[in-house]
Amino acid sequence: MPLTALAYETEAVPTNGPQIAHRQPVASLTGVTKRYGNALALDRLNLSLRPGEIVALLGPNGAGKSTAIKLLLGLIAPTSGSTRVFGSDPREAATRTRVGAMLQVSRITEMLKVREHLDLFRSYYPNPLPIADILRIAQLQGIEERLFGQLSGGQKQRVLFALALCGNPDLIFLDEPTVGMDIEARRGLWSEIRLLAATGKTVLLTTHYLEEADALADRIIVINKGRVICEGTPAEIKRNSGGRRIRCHTSLSAEVLQSLPSVTNVEHSGEATIVTAIHAENVVREMLRRDETLSGLEIASPALEDAFLALTKN
Amino acid sequence: MSTAATAISLPATSNPARIYAKEAKYEFIKLIRTRSFSLATIGFPVMLYVLFGIANRHTFESGIHLAKYMLAGYACFGLIGSALFGIGVGLSSDLAAGWLELKRSSPMPVAAYLFAKCASAAAFGLIIVTILTIIGISFGDVHLTSAEIVKMLGVTFAGSISFASMGLLIALLVPATAAPGIINLIYLPMSFLSGLWVPIKFMPHWLQGFAPLLPTYHLSQIMLSIFHYNDSISLTTHWNALIGFTLLMLGISRLIFHRKEQNA
Repeated sequence: MPLTALAYETEAVPTNGPQIAHRQPVASLTGVTKRYGNALALDRLNLSLRPGEIVALLGPNGAGKSTAIKLLLGLIAPTSGSTRVFGSDPREAATRTRVGAMLQVSRITEMLKVREHLDLFRSYYPNPLPIADILRIAQLQGIEERLFGQLSGGQKQRVLFALALCGNPDLIFLDEPTVGMDIEARRGLWSEIRLLAATGKTVLLTTHYLEEADALADRIIVINKGRVICEGTPAEIKRNSGGRRIRCHTSLSAEVLQSLPSVTNVEHSGEATIVTAIHAENVVREMLRRDETLSGLEIASPALEDAFLALTKN
Repeated sequence: MSTAATAISLPATSNPARIYAKEAKYEFIKLIRTRSFSLATIGFPVMLYVLFGIANRHTFESGIHLAKYMLAGYACFGLIGSALFGIGVGLSSDLAAGWLELKRSSPMPVAAYLFAKCASAAAFGLIIVTILTIIGISFGDVHLTSAEIVKMLGVTFAGSISFASMGLLIALLVPATAAPGIINLIYLPMSFLSGLWVPIKFMPHWLQGFAPLLPTYHLSQIMLSIFHYNDSISLTTHWNALIGFTLLMLGISRLIFHRKEQNA
């Protein structure tokens, strides 16, 4: 379970949070409802992206993640509500020159070389990034003369990522960007996404990898059945799921532990005792004071996955 | 980051003509490299013309040179194939794969995409007709004036655009996996029944009466009129039929496209 490696995580708020909150949103969905026939894909959804932040849109399949992205890209129109990107309608061509997208595409033209794909996409934009920069950012050096059809799954994903960058956009949508990539390639892409945000670009990504949202996002928006059910920093979302987990060998009884302030759960796992508490530091201090034989202490943040499962479980 | 700085110094216009040109260029390159397309669409009419046309290089029937007559037929057969397969199969698979959606989320004008598909289909049509003409002149004893050759290429271009509209409609109606099969099911019988393979007058009488209902027949008669081998129906009627067919295909495509947009 890789997420437990995030143990002892600080719960600090993002350093630039307060300033960001006052700025004009880059893109927003306001009270947006989208129906497909009788099916309700989005139900009065509100969502806004602020300049320079990375937002992860999380949710089970069919939650409405892709619908939200398609609305923001102007590919579909909302049934009701309003969609704004850079203050105007995302369907306008002028808006699209400032936006880049990586969508879930099953196949793109296989008989074109990587360089040719980039050359074509760059021609769509008034201020494209130089090809050398795109190749470097998306780590495509050395394979630019290969046909798309000859690339591995991870390389294909990187080409799609490169296409999203061609126009040097201010706002980038990444729909499941690291599907089919190995761990190393995935981490490589994460650092590129962080670099983009550091240059002031706004990124909205959807992902199935909770680890990815945890590692990348300034803010996570959890949606289910077309509605936002939770929103906050990764740490906030994890805290909402009942606090951090203290694991140790202790002679204290479950009743005593349960009585300590902010403890939400106590359970036994073999020899070890697992205490879940919101203010973990205070609880540990108290436990050490009462039990001098306490050993094998570990404190872990709950996995985002646990928080996520707790939140989307109806 | 240095990337942002370098980008700002570049000119701030995306030239629409450049988008159209690049889109067309890469569509053409893609089709050439896709052997299943380029070899089949060029090879099929060439092979059939060599088998049936060149074999009849000494056959004259009531003033008609059969090898020359068949040159017009296989020219139509070839250009229709490249338009139907190039656009019908290409567009439907772009739609199914989500590739067109990704392009549409960019500032690419949809018209540039359609232009590229039509231009490439027309280019393939011109290549096919040029090859057939060279074979006919070299091995079929076919005599053509330069005016006739120019007219043939002109009709090829017009025919490509016309059948591109049918390819468009098929792409919008038929799922990508079924597209090649459906196109063959339409294309092959229609070609045969309009006399593109075997001159129409060798067909049963009732079939000859059926042929004027097919757009392929009208295109072939326009092509044959260059050699004065056309039937008794006026050339204006053939042109009107072909234009009417094209507008009908485009009209239905537009309707379906808008319906899809609304349901999306």
